[in-house]
Amino acid sequence: MQDVNWTALIVFVLLFGFITWLGFAAAHWRKGDLDLLHEWGLGGRRFGTIVTWFLIGGDLYTAYTFIAVPALAFGAGAIAFFAIPYTIIVYPILFLAFPRLWYVCHKHNYITAADFVRGRFGNRWLALAVTITGIVATMPYIALQLVGLQVVIGGMGVSGTGYAGDLPLVIAFVILAAFTYSSGLRAPASIAIVKDILIYITAFAAVIVVPIQLGGFGKIFAAVPTAKLLLATPGANTTGAYGIYATLALGSALALFLYPHSLTGILSASSGHAIRRNAAMLPGYSLMLGLLALVGFFAIAAGVANLPENAEGFKQFGNNFAVPALFLHSFPSWFAGIAFAAVGIGALVPAAIMSIAAANLYTRNIHREFINKNPTDREEAQMAKWVSLIVKFGALVFIVFVPSQYAIYLQLLGGILIVQTLPSVMLGVYTRWFNDWALLIGWAVGTVAGTWMFVAANLTPNYPLAIGGFTFPGYTALYTVILNLIVTIVLTMLFNAMNAAAVDETVAADYRAQ
Amino acid sequence: MNDTQTKSEKWSWWYLLFLIQFVAVLWPPFYNKVDPSWWGIPFFYWYQLLWVIIGAVLTAIVYFATED
Repeated sequence: MQDVNWTALIVFVLLFGFITWLGFAAAHWRKGDLDLLHEWGLGGRRFGTIVTWFLIGGDLYTAYTFIAVPALAFGAGAIAFFAIPYTIIVYPILFLAFPRLWYVCHKHNYITAADFVRGRFGNRWLALAVTITGIVATMPYIALQLVGLQVVIGGMGVSGTGYAGDLPLVIAFVILAAFTYSSGLRAPASIAIVKDILIYITAFAAVIVVPIQLGGFGKIFAAVPTAKLLLATPGANTTGAYGIYATLALGSALALFLYPHSLTGILSASSGHAIRRNAAMLPGYSLMLGLLALVGFFAIAAGVANLPENAEGFKQFGNNFAVPALFLHSFPSWFAGIAFAAVGIGALVPAAIMSIAAANLYTRNIHREFINKNPTDREEAQMAKWVSLIVKFGALVFIVFVPSQYAIYLQLLGGILIVQTLPSVMLGVYTRWFNDWALLIGWAVGTVAGTWMFVAANLTPNYPLAIGGFTFPGYTALYTVILNLIVTIVLTMLFNAMNAAAVDETVAADYRAQ
Repeated sequence: MNDTQTKSEKWSWWYLLFLIQFVAVLWPPFYNKVDPSWWGIPFFYWYQLLWVIIGAVLTAIVYFATED
């Protein structure tokens, strides 16, 4: 059993204490009436370009990302780098579609994607489908943030037997739940600034210090097995690893801004301009993510997997332990503490935003739509606060009682599910041509097919699509959203020939700057 | 459709700049190789990292060249 690393732990706890204070103090930042849902759940839509940059960066580049991408590089090699083309092409998508969504949501006080779909297509069942998809895709994502937190807590040697071992996790989560309840989106927005600065410091230190220790990049890459260094060249009659790489990048990019927490970050910006600017500025995080992916190779070169003091960690966390092990190996304890705090705090920011996003969805699109049609503003905001608590404790219970591998499976499936809302949300901001029922049936077909393919591929997100003796292994999300679109287009032509469409409460002018 | 539709969609040719980065990074045969390496980093890695920066510059160009 590994000893507790007291220096790292003290630095970690101090930084954690600071952001706890910050999370509660954030209630007074750009003060608004937190009894209004858009104040609690969107920070009053008042965040300018810089705060939005920190918030969306802290929201999308999660703790789990910083652990899992290098871990994938460590274990599987070059394929992990798909995160880079993914985060390159996601920004043109952000730039083109999402300022329009911001304008129309601002104009009509929409808080969720489902609000927009309800208004645009006038179909509550389609909006419900978008709502449920959003909540189902978000829940395991919150649970995964806890996996990131668990790994760094384990890295500091804090462990226990049975449920006592989960105590630090429970404490961190109670803190998170309390400040999210009291401050709403302002809490993760302010904490994101601290978290992102810590992450940048950690990433750049790692990329400069570790290669010097290991004798340069040449030596590091020489230590990486040849099979991991590049993608395997596809054999005959298949697109092989190339197809997987490209479809993972494209499919993930199409899905990213459909996640409720991404949209919450976008809608909290003060203008569509702030979002357009951020499409050019957010790649700063992609660069950092790319550098951190290389850290997986550093861990190979440093041979951390063979050091006896890491045996316990790798046994418990698998390859996810590669990054913490490298930090402990390469840095003095106090700096490892900073790095771990960056990851730990990096778990809280997205977890807070995700729980707020799920709460907004439930409150607006299930409770208000189907249960209590005329809540007061105060009742609506109060409901969202309670739901955010329930969502977080649900994730906590899940991670304590269910093996974390299930959270990982469900999160992979979540990406396949959320992309099915693309026609109604992302294409919906451009065109009202689609028929609402056609969209709903397309969504259902994509969801069923995606789930089936995910299961058929042994709970992996890549399906070997075979067409006439040729195999295209690739990301199920991309294949099924294409299927979804084909169904939607064909049925729209059919339905539009039969009858008139439902009412659209938005007009073209709502989608741009006034 | 009402008349606000007519003045809404302003297509700009600048948006085509975005296509460049899609092509450059979504076609692995372009970059799935070790040489030329740079500072000991294989081409596969530094090429894609370089495109993060080029992509950001292209997006900035489109930002300044178009209005919403």
